[in-house]
Amino acid sequence: MGEIWEGLMAGLWLVVTLDPDLVEITLRSLQVTLTAVVIGSAIALPFGAWLAIRRFRHRRATIALLNALMGLPPVVVGLIVYLLLSRSGPFGVLGLLFTPTAMIIAQVIIITPLIASIAHQSIRDIWSEYHDLLISLSTTKRQRIATLIWDGRRALMTASLAGFGRAIGEVGAIMIVGGNIDHATRVLTTAIALETGKGDFALALGLGFVLIGLAIAVNVATHMIGRTESDGKW
Amino acid sequence: MTRILALVLGLTGTIASAEDLKLAVTTSFHNSGLSEILLPAIAEDTGITVQLLVVGTGQAIRLGEAGDVDAILVHSRPAEDAFLADGYGTHRREIMYNDFVFIGPVADPAAIADADTAADALARIAQTEAVFVSRGDDSGTHKKELSLWDAADVSRGGDWYRPVGAGMGAALNTAAGMNAYILADRASWLNFGNKADLGLLFAGDPVLFNQYAYIPVNPELHGHIKADLAVKLEDWLTSPRAAELINSYTINGETLFTFNAQPAS
Repeated sequence: MGEIWEGLMAGLWLVVTLDPDLVEITLRSLQVTLTAVVIGSAIALPFGAWLAIRRFRHRRATIALLNALMGLPPVVVGLIVYLLLSRSGPFGVLGLLFTPTAMIIAQVIIITPLIASIAHQSIRDIWSEYHDLLISLSTTKRQRIATLIWDGRRALMTASLAGFGRAIGEVGAIMIVGGNIDHATRVLTTAIALETGKGDFALALGLGFVLIGLAIAVNVATHMIGRTESDGKW
Repeated sequence: MTRILALVLGLTGTIASAEDLKLAVTTSFHNSGLSEILLPAIAEDTGITVQLLVVGTGQAIRLGEAGDVDAILVHSRPAEDAFLADGYGTHRREIMYNDFVFIGPVADPAAIADADTAADALARIAQTEAVFVSRGDDSGTHKKELSLWDAADVSRGGDWYRPVGAGMGAALNTAAGMNAYILADRASWLNFGNKADLGLLFAGDPVLFNQYAYIPVNPELHGHIKADLAVKLEDWLTSPRAAELINSYTINGETLFTFNAQPAS
Protein backbone atom coordinates (compact mmCIF):
# COMPACT_ATOMS: atom_id res chain seq x y z
CA MET A 1 0.00 0.00 0.00
CA GLY A 2 2.81 2.39 0.89
CA GLU A 3 4.35 1.93 -2.53
CA ILE A 4 1.13 2.78 -4.36
CA TRP A 5 0.84 5.96 -2.29
CA GLU A 6 4.48 6.83 -3.02
CA GLY A 7 3.81 6.19 -6.72
CA LEU A 8 0.84 8.52 -6.70
CA MET A 9 2.96 11.21 -5.03
CA ALA A 10 5.85 10.64 -7.46
CA GLY A 11 3.46 10.91 -10.41
CA LEU A 12 1.90 14.10 -9.04
CA TRP A 13 5.32 15.60 -8.43
CA LEU A 14 6.44 14.82 -11.99
CA VAL A 15 3.33 16.46 -13.41
CA VAL A 16 3.36 19.52 -11.14
CA THR A 17 7.03 20.28 -11.81
CA LEU A 18 6.58 19.55 -15.56
CA ASP A 19 9.66 17.33 -15.45
CA PRO A 20 11.36 17.83 -18.86
CA ASP A 21 12.00 14.10 -19.36
CA LEU A 22 8.40 13.33 -18.54
CA VAL A 23 7.11 15.97 -20.97
CA GLU A 24 9.39 14.57 -23.66
CA ILE A 25 8.37 10.93 -23.34
CA THR A 26 4.70 11.83 -22.90
CA LEU A 27 4.75 13.86 -26.11
CA ARG A 28 6.51 10.99 -27.88
CA SER A 29 3.88 8.53 -26.61
CA LEU A 30 1.18 10.81 -27.97
CA GLN A 31 3.00 11.46 -31.23
CA VAL A 32 3.52 7.75 -31.96
CA THR A 33 0.08 6.58 -30.90
CA LEU A 34 -1.96 9.43 -32.42
CA THR A 35 -0.13 9.03 -35.74
CA ALA A 36 -0.82 5.30 -35.63
CA VAL A 37 -4.51 5.92 -34.82
CA VAL A 38 -4.88 8.43 -37.68
CA ILE A 39 -3.23 6.08 -40.21
CA GLY A 40 -5.05 3.04 -38.81
CA SER A 41 -8.42 4.83 -38.94
CA ALA A 42 -7.81 6.08 -42.47
CA ILE A 43 -7.40 2.47 -43.55
CA ALA A 44 -9.84 0.76 -41.22
CA LEU A 45 -12.93 3.00 -41.27
CA PRO A 46 -13.52 2.94 -45.06
CA PHE A 47 -12.62 -0.75 -45.09
CA GLY A 48 -15.13 -1.50 -42.32
CA ALA A 49 -17.84 0.43 -44.19
CA TRP A 50 -17.00 -1.25 -47.49
CA LEU A 51 -17.17 -4.63 -45.80
CA ALA A 52 -20.63 -3.78 -44.42
CA ILE A 53 -22.25 -2.86 -47.72
CA ARG A 54 -20.41 -5.06 -50.14
CA ARG A 55 -21.52 -8.67 -50.70
CA PHE A 56 -18.88 -11.02 -52.04
CA ARG A 57 -17.94 -14.65 -51.95
CA HIS A 58 -15.59 -14.85 -49.02
CA ARG A 59 -17.22 -12.12 -46.96
CA ARG A 60 -17.90 -14.32 -43.94
CA ALA A 61 -14.38 -15.66 -43.91
CA THR A 62 -12.98 -12.14 -44.24
CA ILE A 63 -15.04 -10.90 -41.29
CA ALA A 64 -14.08 -13.89 -39.18
CA LEU A 65 -10.42 -13.33 -40.02
CA LEU A 66 -10.72 -9.63 -39.20
CA ASN A 67 -12.27 -10.42 -35.83
CA ALA A 68 -9.55 -12.95 -35.12
CA LEU A 69 -6.86 -10.39 -35.97
CA MET A 70 -8.18 -8.18 -33.17
CA GLY A 71 -6.31 -10.53 -30.88
CA LEU A 72 -3.05 -10.21 -32.81
CA PRO A 73 -0.27 -10.67 -30.23
CA PRO A 74 1.70 -7.38 -30.15
CA VAL A 75 4.96 -9.09 -29.31
CA VAL A 76 4.74 -11.21 -32.47
CA VAL A 77 3.92 -8.13 -34.56
CA GLY A 78 6.94 -6.46 -32.99
CA LEU A 79 9.19 -9.37 -33.83
CA ILE A 80 8.04 -9.53 -37.46
CA VAL A 81 8.37 -5.76 -37.97
CA TYR A 82 11.79 -5.98 -36.32
CA LEU A 83 12.96 -8.69 -38.72
CA LEU A 84 11.59 -6.77 -41.72
CA LEU A 85 13.24 -3.50 -40.73
CA SER A 86 16.54 -4.93 -39.46
CA ARG A 87 19.56 -4.02 -41.57
CA SER A 88 19.77 -7.67 -42.58
CA GLY A 89 16.03 -7.76 -43.43
CA PRO A 90 14.22 -6.83 -46.66
CA PHE A 91 13.59 -3.19 -45.67
CA GLY A 92 16.93 -2.72 -43.90
CA VAL A 93 18.17 -0.09 -46.35
CA LEU A 94 15.55 2.34 -45.07
CA GLY A 95 17.31 2.41 -41.68
CA LEU A 96 13.99 2.58 -39.83
CA LEU A 97 14.68 0.13 -37.00
CA PHE A 98 14.85 1.84 -33.58
CA THR A 99 13.05 4.98 -34.76
CA PRO A 100 9.57 6.29 -33.86
CA THR A 101 8.53 5.45 -37.43
CA ALA A 102 9.12 1.76 -36.75
CA MET A 103 6.98 2.04 -33.61
CA ILE A 104 4.17 3.68 -35.62
CA ILE A 105 4.31 0.88 -38.23
CA ALA A 106 3.99 -1.79 -35.53
CA GLN A 107 1.10 0.00 -33.85
CA VAL A 108 -0.77 0.52 -37.12
CA ILE A 109 -0.60 -3.24 -37.75
CA ILE A 110 -1.85 -3.96 -34.23
CA ILE A 111 -4.80 -1.55 -34.15
CA THR A 112 -6.09 -1.52 -37.75
CA PRO A 113 -7.96 -4.86 -37.47
CA LEU A 114 -9.46 -3.75 -34.15
CA ILE A 115 -10.74 -0.43 -35.54
CA ALA A 116 -11.98 -2.07 -38.76
CA SER A 117 -13.83 -4.76 -36.84
CA ILE A 118 -15.65 -2.37 -34.51
CA ALA A 119 -16.35 0.01 -37.41
CA HIS A 120 -17.81 -2.83 -39.46
CA GLN A 121 -20.14 -3.86 -36.65
CA SER A 122 -21.54 -0.39 -36.10
CA ILE A 123 -21.84 0.50 -39.78
CA ARG A 124 -23.66 -2.74 -40.46
CA ASP A 125 -26.41 -1.58 -38.04
CA ILE A 126 -26.71 1.80 -39.75
CA TRP A 127 -26.66 0.16 -43.16
CA SER A 128 -29.70 -1.97 -42.31
CA GLU A 129 -31.56 1.28 -41.57
CA TYR A 130 -30.27 3.23 -44.54
CA HIS A 131 -30.26 0.43 -47.08
CA ASP A 132 -33.59 1.14 -48.83
CA LEU A 133 -33.12 4.89 -48.80
CA LEU A 134 -29.64 4.87 -50.26
CA ILE A 135 -30.54 2.27 -52.88
CA SER A 136 -33.68 4.20 -53.95
CA LEU A 137 -31.61 7.38 -54.31
CA SER A 138 -29.39 5.33 -56.66
CA THR A 139 -26.23 6.46 -54.89
CA THR A 140 -22.80 5.26 -55.95
CA LYS A 141 -20.85 2.94 -53.68
CA ARG A 142 -18.47 5.76 -52.77
CA GLN A 143 -21.38 8.01 -51.75
CA ARG A 144 -22.92 5.26 -49.65
CA ILE A 145 -19.65 4.67 -47.78
CA ALA A 146 -19.24 8.42 -47.21
CA THR A 147 -22.81 8.75 -45.89
CA LEU A 148 -22.47 5.78 -43.57
CA ILE A 149 -19.16 7.00 -42.18
CA TRP A 150 -20.51 10.50 -41.62
CA ASP A 151 -23.76 9.41 -39.96
CA GLY A 152 -21.98 6.77 -37.94
CA ARG A 153 -19.20 9.09 -36.83
CA ARG A 154 -19.87 8.77 -33.13
CA ALA A 155 -19.71 4.99 -33.22
CA LEU A 156 -16.62 5.21 -35.41
CA MET A 157 -15.02 7.55 -32.91
CA THR A 158 -15.44 4.78 -30.35
CA ALA A 159 -13.70 2.42 -32.77
CA SER A 160 -10.76 4.81 -33.12
CA LEU A 161 -10.62 5.36 -29.36
CA ALA A 162 -10.50 1.61 -28.82
CA GLY A 163 -7.50 1.58 -31.18
CA PHE A 164 -5.95 4.43 -29.23
CA GLY A 165 -6.49 2.56 -25.98
CA ARG A 166 -4.80 -0.55 -27.30
CA ALA A 167 -1.86 1.38 -28.76
CA ILE A 168 -1.08 3.81 -25.92
CA GLY A 169 -0.73 1.06 -23.33
CA GLU A 170 1.18 -1.33 -25.56
CA VAL A 171 4.73 -2.25 -24.60
CA GLY A 172 5.70 -5.57 -26.20
CA ALA A 173 5.96 -4.50 -29.84
CA ILE A 174 7.37 -1.01 -29.38
CA MET A 175 10.02 -2.26 -26.97
CA ILE A 176 11.29 -4.60 -29.70
CA VAL A 177 11.14 -2.25 -32.68
CA GLY A 178 11.88 0.99 -30.78
CA GLY A 179 14.58 -0.27 -28.45
CA ASN A 180 13.60 2.13 -25.63
CA ILE A 181 16.45 4.54 -26.50
CA ASP A 182 16.60 7.56 -24.21
CA HIS A 183 15.71 10.80 -26.06
CA ALA A 184 14.89 8.86 -29.24
CA THR A 185 12.32 6.10 -28.81
CA ARG A 186 11.49 6.03 -25.11
CA VAL A 187 7.77 6.28 -24.43
CA LEU A 188 5.72 6.00 -21.23
CA THR A 189 5.20 2.24 -21.33
CA THR A 190 8.83 1.37 -22.07
CA ALA A 191 9.97 3.85 -19.41
CA ILE A 192 7.72 2.08 -16.90
CA ALA A 193 9.27 -1.27 -17.84
CA LEU A 194 12.74 0.25 -17.42
CA GLU A 195 12.08 1.78 -13.99
CA THR A 196 10.53 -1.49 -12.82
CA GLY A 197 13.76 -3.20 -13.90
CA LYS A 198 15.73 -0.80 -11.74
CA GLY A 199 13.49 -1.64 -8.79
CA ASP A 200 12.31 1.98 -8.64
CA PHE A 201 8.64 1.16 -8.20
CA ALA A 202 7.57 4.64 -7.08
CA LEU A 203 8.76 6.29 -10.29
CA ALA A 204 7.42 3.42 -12.42
CA LEU A 205 4.02 3.75 -10.77
CA GLY A 206 4.15 7.53 -11.08
CA LEU A 207 4.68 7.19 -14.84
CA GLY A 208 1.83 4.66 -14.86
CA PHE A 209 -0.55 7.17 -13.33
CA VAL A 210 0.55 9.77 -15.88
CA LEU A 211 -0.23 7.24 -18.63
CA ILE A 212 -3.70 6.52 -17.25
CA GLY A 213 -4.33 10.26 -16.89
CA LEU A 214 -3.26 10.79 -20.48
CA ALA A 215 -5.65 8.12 -21.77
CA ILE A 216 -8.52 9.71 -19.84
CA ALA A 217 -7.60 13.20 -21.08
CA VAL A 218 -7.54 12.12 -24.72
CA ASN A 219 -10.91 10.39 -24.41
CA VAL A 220 -12.54 13.34 -22.65
CA ALA A 221 -11.08 15.75 -25.21
CA THR A 222 -12.43 13.64 -28.07
CA HIS A 223 -15.90 13.64 -26.59
CA MET A 224 -15.79 17.37 -26.04
CA ILE A 225 -14.75 18.01 -29.63
CA GLY A 226 -17.39 15.55 -30.85
CA ARG A 227 -19.99 17.19 -28.55
CA THR A 228 -21.44 13.88 -27.50
CA GLU A 229 -23.86 13.79 -24.59
CA SER A 230 -24.67 17.50 -24.90
CA ASP A 231 -27.77 19.55 -25.72
CA GLY A 232 -30.05 16.94 -27.13
CA LYS A 233 -27.36 15.32 -29.25
CA TRP A 234 -26.39 11.74 -28.69
CA MET B 1 4.64 27.69 -27.23
CA THR B 2 7.28 25.52 -25.59
CA ARG B 3 4.98 22.55 -26.07
CA ILE B 4 4.66 23.20 -29.77
CA LEU B 5 8.42 23.56 -29.96
CA ALA B 6 8.87 20.28 -28.09
CA LEU B 7 6.42 18.57 -30.42
CA VAL B 8 8.28 19.87 -33.47
CA LEU B 9 11.54 18.66 -31.95
CA GLY B 10 9.92 15.31 -31.26
CA LEU B 11 8.75 15.00 -34.85
CA THR B 12 12.09 15.93 -36.31
CA GLY B 13 13.65 13.45 -33.92
CA THR B 14 12.51 10.69 -36.25
CA ILE B 15 15.35 11.63 -38.57
CA ALA B 16 18.63 10.47 -37.09
CA SER B 17 21.26 13.19 -37.05
CA ALA B 18 24.78 12.61 -38.35
CA GLU B 19 26.34 12.49 -34.88
CA ASP B 20 24.13 9.72 -33.49
CA LEU B 21 25.81 6.44 -32.72
CA LYS B 22 23.89 3.32 -31.77
CA LEU B 23 25.61 1.27 -29.08
CA ALA B 24 24.22 -2.01 -27.79
CA VAL B 25 25.11 -2.45 -24.12
CA THR B 26 24.34 -5.07 -21.52
CA THR B 27 21.54 -4.55 -19.04
CA SER B 28 24.04 -4.81 -16.21
CA PHE B 29 26.01 -1.84 -17.60
CA HIS B 30 22.90 0.29 -17.83
CA ASN B 31 21.18 -0.80 -14.59
CA SER B 32 24.34 0.15 -12.71
CA GLY B 33 23.63 3.81 -13.52
CA LEU B 34 27.10 4.40 -15.02
CA SER B 35 25.67 5.21 -18.45
CA GLU B 36 23.89 8.24 -16.99
CA ILE B 37 27.30 9.60 -15.95
CA LEU B 38 29.18 8.72 -19.14
CA LEU B 39 26.72 9.67 -21.88
CA PRO B 40 26.45 13.39 -21.04
CA ALA B 41 30.27 13.58 -20.76
CA ILE B 42 30.65 11.86 -24.16
CA ALA B 43 28.19 14.28 -25.75
CA GLU B 44 30.03 17.21 -24.20
CA ASP B 45 33.56 16.13 -25.19
CA THR B 46 33.00 14.57 -28.61
CA GLY B 47 29.61 15.83 -29.78
CA ILE B 48 28.44 12.24 -30.24
CA THR B 49 24.94 11.37 -29.05
CA VAL B 50 25.18 7.75 -27.99
CA GLN B 51 21.84 5.96 -28.42
CA LEU B 52 21.88 3.05 -26.00
CA LEU B 53 20.12 -0.20 -26.77
CA VAL B 54 19.96 -1.99 -23.46
CA VAL B 55 19.86 -5.73 -24.14
CA GLY B 56 21.55 -8.93 -23.02
CA THR B 57 24.98 -9.78 -24.41
CA GLY B 58 23.43 -12.45 -26.65
CA GLN B 59 21.07 -9.96 -28.29
CA ALA B 60 23.76 -7.27 -28.43
CA ILE B 61 25.86 -9.62 -30.51
CA ARG B 62 22.92 -10.39 -32.80
CA LEU B 63 22.33 -6.64 -33.28
CA GLY B 64 26.00 -6.22 -34.19
CA GLU B 65 25.88 -9.12 -36.65
CA ALA B 66 22.83 -7.67 -38.40
CA GLY B 67 24.43 -4.23 -38.53
CA ASP B 68 21.63 -2.62 -36.52
CA VAL B 69 24.12 -0.97 -34.15
CA ASP B 70 27.49 0.69 -34.74
CA ALA B 71 29.32 -0.88 -31.80
CA ILE B 72 28.71 -3.15 -28.82
CA LEU B 73 29.85 -3.05 -25.19
CA VAL B 74 29.50 -6.51 -23.68
CA HIS B 75 30.97 -8.92 -21.15
CA SER B 76 31.22 -12.49 -22.34
CA ARG B 77 34.66 -13.43 -23.67
CA PRO B 78 33.72 -16.61 -25.58
CA ALA B 79 30.84 -14.86 -27.37
CA GLU B 80 33.08 -11.86 -28.16
CA ASP B 81 35.80 -14.09 -29.59
CA ALA B 82 33.27 -15.89 -31.80
CA PHE B 83 31.90 -12.53 -32.97
CA LEU B 84 35.40 -11.40 -33.97
CA ALA B 85 36.36 -14.74 -35.51
CA ASP B 86 33.34 -14.52 -37.82
CA GLY B 87 34.46 -11.09 -38.96
CA TYR B 88 31.52 -9.11 -37.55
CA GLY B 89 33.72 -6.81 -35.48
CA THR B 90 36.95 -4.99 -36.28
CA HIS B 91 38.71 -5.53 -32.94
CA ARG B 92 38.11 -5.94 -29.21
CA ARG B 93 39.16 -3.33 -26.68
CA GLU B 94 38.93 -3.94 -22.94
CA ILE B 95 37.46 -0.96 -21.08
CA MET B 96 36.77 -1.81 -17.45
CA TYR B 97 35.86 -4.58 -15.06
CA ASN B 98 33.88 -5.34 -11.97
CA ASP B 99 32.87 -8.66 -10.46
CA PHE B 100 29.93 -10.98 -10.15
CA VAL B 101 28.47 -11.54 -6.71
CA PHE B 102 26.06 -14.03 -5.18
CA ILE B 103 22.92 -12.44 -3.80
CA GLY B 104 20.52 -14.36 -1.59
CA PRO B 105 18.24 -14.27 1.43
CA VAL B 106 20.05 -12.71 4.39
CA ALA B 107 19.15 -15.80 6.48
CA ASP B 108 21.27 -17.80 3.97
CA PRO B 109 19.68 -21.27 4.27
CA ALA B 110 22.34 -22.78 1.96
CA ALA B 111 25.18 -21.17 3.97
CA ILE B 112 26.98 -19.96 0.84
CA ALA B 113 28.63 -17.21 2.87
CA ASP B 114 30.94 -19.96 4.23
CA ALA B 115 31.73 -21.34 0.77
CA ASP B 116 35.38 -21.38 -0.38
CA THR B 117 34.77 -20.97 -4.11
CA ALA B 118 31.95 -19.90 -6.42
CA ALA B 119 31.49 -23.51 -7.51
CA ASP B 120 31.24 -24.57 -3.87
CA ALA B 121 28.57 -21.90 -3.29
CA LEU B 122 26.48 -23.27 -6.17
CA ALA B 123 26.98 -26.83 -4.94
CA ARG B 124 25.62 -25.79 -1.54
CA ILE B 125 22.55 -24.19 -3.17
CA ALA B 126 21.93 -27.35 -5.20
CA GLN B 127 22.34 -29.56 -2.13
CA THR B 128 19.81 -27.67 -0.03
CA GLU B 129 17.63 -27.11 -3.11
CA ALA B 130 17.26 -23.47 -2.13
CA VAL B 131 15.38 -21.44 -4.76
CA PHE B 132 17.77 -20.00 -7.36
CA VAL B 133 16.76 -17.47 -10.02
CA SER B 134 18.67 -17.65 -13.30
CA ARG B 135 18.67 -14.87 -15.91
CA GLY B 136 18.00 -17.47 -18.61
CA ASP B 137 18.32 -14.87 -21.39
CA ASP B 138 21.65 -15.73 -23.01
CA SER B 139 23.22 -12.61 -21.50
CA GLY B 140 26.82 -12.32 -20.29
CA THR B 141 25.73 -12.87 -16.70
CA HIS B 142 23.71 -15.92 -17.75
CA LYS B 143 26.64 -17.40 -19.67
CA LYS B 144 28.88 -16.86 -16.65
CA GLU B 145 26.34 -18.54 -14.40
CA LEU B 146 26.12 -21.56 -16.71
CA SER B 147 29.90 -21.91 -16.79
CA LEU B 148 29.94 -21.83 -12.98
CA TRP B 149 27.30 -24.57 -12.80
CA ASP B 150 29.42 -26.67 -15.15
CA ALA B 151 32.43 -26.09 -12.88
CA ALA B 152 30.39 -27.04 -9.81
CA ASP B 153 29.35 -30.22 -11.61
CA VAL B 154 25.98 -30.58 -9.91
CA SER B 155 22.56 -31.20 -11.40
CA ARG B 156 20.21 -28.23 -11.45
CA GLY B 157 17.11 -29.90 -12.87
CA GLY B 158 14.85 -29.41 -9.88
CA ASP B 159 11.89 -27.20 -9.22
CA TRP B 160 14.13 -24.85 -7.24
CA TYR B 161 16.03 -23.68 -10.33
CA ARG B 162 14.03 -20.92 -12.03
CA PRO B 163 15.22 -19.32 -15.28
CA VAL B 164 13.18 -16.14 -15.78
CA GLY B 165 14.43 -14.97 -19.19
CA ALA B 166 14.71 -11.34 -18.17
CA GLY B 167 17.23 -8.53 -17.73
CA MET B 168 19.32 -8.04 -14.62
CA GLY B 169 16.89 -5.70 -12.87
CA ALA B 170 13.80 -7.76 -13.64
CA ALA B 171 15.56 -10.94 -12.50
CA LEU B 172 16.59 -9.24 -9.25
CA ASN B 173 12.96 -8.20 -8.72
CA THR B 174 11.92 -11.83 -9.18
CA ALA B 175 14.59 -13.01 -6.75
CA ALA B 176 13.45 -10.40 -4.22
CA GLY B 177 9.87 -11.59 -4.60
CA MET B 178 10.77 -15.27 -4.10
CA ASN B 179 13.54 -14.59 -1.56
CA ALA B 180 15.84 -16.59 -3.82
CA TYR B 181 19.54 -16.82 -4.61
CA ILE B 182 20.80 -15.14 -7.78
CA LEU B 183 24.07 -14.32 -9.53
CA ALA B 184 24.36 -10.60 -10.30
CA ASP B 185 27.08 -8.15 -11.19
CA ARG B 186 28.12 -5.95 -8.30
CA ALA B 187 27.17 -2.67 -9.98
CA SER B 188 23.59 -3.64 -10.76
CA TRP B 189 23.14 -4.97 -7.25
CA LEU B 190 24.40 -1.79 -5.58
CA ASN B 191 22.18 0.38 -7.75
CA PHE B 192 19.12 -1.84 -7.31
CA GLY B 193 16.24 -0.17 -5.48
CA ASN B 194 14.14 -3.14 -4.30
CA LYS B 195 16.55 -5.19 -2.18
CA ALA B 196 13.81 -6.56 0.16
CA ASP B 197 15.35 -9.32 2.35
CA LEU B 198 18.26 -10.01 0.02
CA GLY B 199 21.91 -9.39 0.76
CA LEU B 200 25.33 -9.85 -0.81
CA LEU B 201 26.47 -13.24 0.47
CA PHE B 202 29.47 -14.36 -1.54
CA ALA B 203 32.13 -12.60 -3.64
CA GLY B 204 35.86 -12.57 -4.24
CA ASP B 205 36.54 -15.80 -6.16
CA PRO B 206 38.85 -14.81 -9.08
CA VAL B 207 36.56 -16.75 -11.42
CA LEU B 208 33.89 -14.09 -10.80
CA PHE B 209 35.98 -11.43 -12.58
CA ASN B 210 33.79 -9.56 -15.08
CA GLN B 211 35.53 -7.81 -17.98
CA TYR B 212 33.63 -5.35 -20.21
CA ALA B 213 34.91 -4.92 -23.76
CA TYR B 214 34.07 -2.57 -26.61
CA ILE B 215 33.82 -3.94 -30.17
CA PRO B 216 33.11 -1.70 -33.19
CA VAL B 217 30.99 -3.42 -35.85
CA ASN B 218 32.86 -4.18 -39.07
CA PRO B 219 32.01 -1.43 -41.62
CA GLU B 220 33.10 -3.68 -44.49
CA LEU B 221 29.97 -5.79 -43.93
CA HIS B 222 27.58 -2.87 -43.53
CA GLY B 223 28.17 0.35 -45.45
CA HIS B 224 25.96 2.46 -43.17
CA ILE B 225 28.02 1.77 -40.03
CA LYS B 226 29.45 4.97 -38.59
CA ALA B 227 32.99 3.65 -38.24
CA ASP B 228 34.59 7.06 -37.69
CA LEU B 229 32.24 7.82 -34.80
CA ALA B 230 32.88 4.36 -33.35
CA VAL B 231 36.63 5.09 -33.38
CA LYS B 232 36.04 8.47 -31.77
CA LEU B 233 33.96 6.84 -29.05
CA GLU B 234 36.64 4.20 -28.46
CA ASP B 235 39.26 6.92 -28.07
CA TRP B 236 37.06 8.63 -25.50
CA LEU B 237 36.23 5.41 -23.60
CA THR B 238 39.95 4.65 -23.23
CA SER B 239 40.92 8.24 -22.34
CA PRO B 240 42.06 9.52 -18.92
CA ARG B 241 38.76 11.42 -18.70
CA ALA B 242 36.78 8.17 -18.99
CA ALA B 243 39.14 6.52 -16.49
CA GLU B 244 38.47 9.23 -13.96
CA LEU B 245 34.68 9.13 -14.40
CA ILE B 246 34.51 5.31 -14.29
CA ASN B 247 36.82 4.91 -11.29
CA SER B 248 35.12 7.66 -9.31
CA TYR B 249 31.59 6.33 -9.82
CA THR B 250 30.52 5.06 -6.43
CA ILE B 251 27.29 4.11 -4.72
CA ASN B 252 27.27 4.26 -0.90
CA GLY B 253 31.03 4.67 -0.99
CA GLU B 254 31.62 1.47 -2.99
CA THR B 255 33.46 1.58 -6.30
CA LEU B 256 31.44 -0.17 -9.02
CA PHE B 257 33.80 -0.41 -11.96
CA THR B 258 37.58 -0.32 -12.40
CA PHE B 259 38.99 1.16 -15.58
CA ASN B 260 41.60 -1.11 -17.22
CA ALA B 261 41.91 -0.04 -20.87
CA GLN B 262 45.43 -0.22 -22.23
CA PRO B 263 46.77 2.80 -24.15
CA ALA B 264 46.67 2.28 -27.91
CA SER B 265 49.79 0.54 -29.13
